[in-house]
Amino acid sequence: MRGSTPLGKVIGYGSAKDGAGHWWVQRVTAVALVPLTIWFLLSMASLPLADHAAVTGWMRQSLHAVPLAVLILTLCWHARLGVQVVLEDYVHHHALKITSLLLSTFVHALVAATGVFAVLRIAFAA
Amino acid sequence: MAPRPLSPHLSVYRFAYTMALSILHRITGVALASGLLVLVAWLLALGNGPQAYAAFTGFMGHGLIQVVLGAWLLAFLYHLANGIRHLFWDTGRGFAKSAARRSARMVIAFVVVAGALLVYVFFCPVGGVQ
Repeated sequence: MRGSTPLGKVIGYGSAKDGAGHWWVQRVTAVALVPLTIWFLLSMASLPLADHAAVTGWMRQSLHAVPLAVLILTLCWHARLGVQVVLEDYVHHHALKITSLLLSTFVHALVAATGVFAVLRIAFAA
Repeated sequence: MAPRPLSPHLSVYRFAYTMALSILHRITGVALASGLLVLVAWLLALGNGPQAYAAFTGFMGHGLIQVVLGAWLLAFLYHLANGIRHLFWDTGRGFAKSAARRSARMVIAFVVVAGALLVYVFFCPVGGVQ
């Protein structure tokens, strides 16, 4: 408890076992997203997006499907961490805060799973 | 517990445009998080075959939705550039007022230039989203 105030010692709140984990993972995903998102944006810019065969043909290549799945997972993870901080800062009612945090986690997990499923379905389609 | 003074006391500071960039990072972040739903809807439509995809792109081609997509593109470019600015700050550099203002202007310049270029690529009749 070095560095804690007398009040802090009495209340007895210690480490929540997370420490800088949230901060660090937000940065790790941010660094990963720089090349991933630029690659995705430039790929989309070079594709005729209204052409179903062209877009699915692009996505069927493992060189595109794998980074795309990684991009979706990283985006959802990064977004969940960011939305969490926003909810913690601005939702002051405790029960509403916990509920919205839970809901945000579930929605982000669902979006991540659905996104990866959708990419794999296209990649594995005969 | 008694109410305590909370940082950062936003209201006591004179407005500076770096403050607008700061809150804009959060606003664009939340907007982009909601955009994930459209990204996944696009991937699902793509996997549902050419007809479902044509219906999806037809819907996305509506004027108002194109405006939203364009706003998402700009929000992404902003969040990307300002995110890199944040990563640079994480190394402990660039905190002086003059440096923060310079990097702010670089972010804005990037969004304007890259935004104009990509809006042209994605939303002008040849190829693109239409």
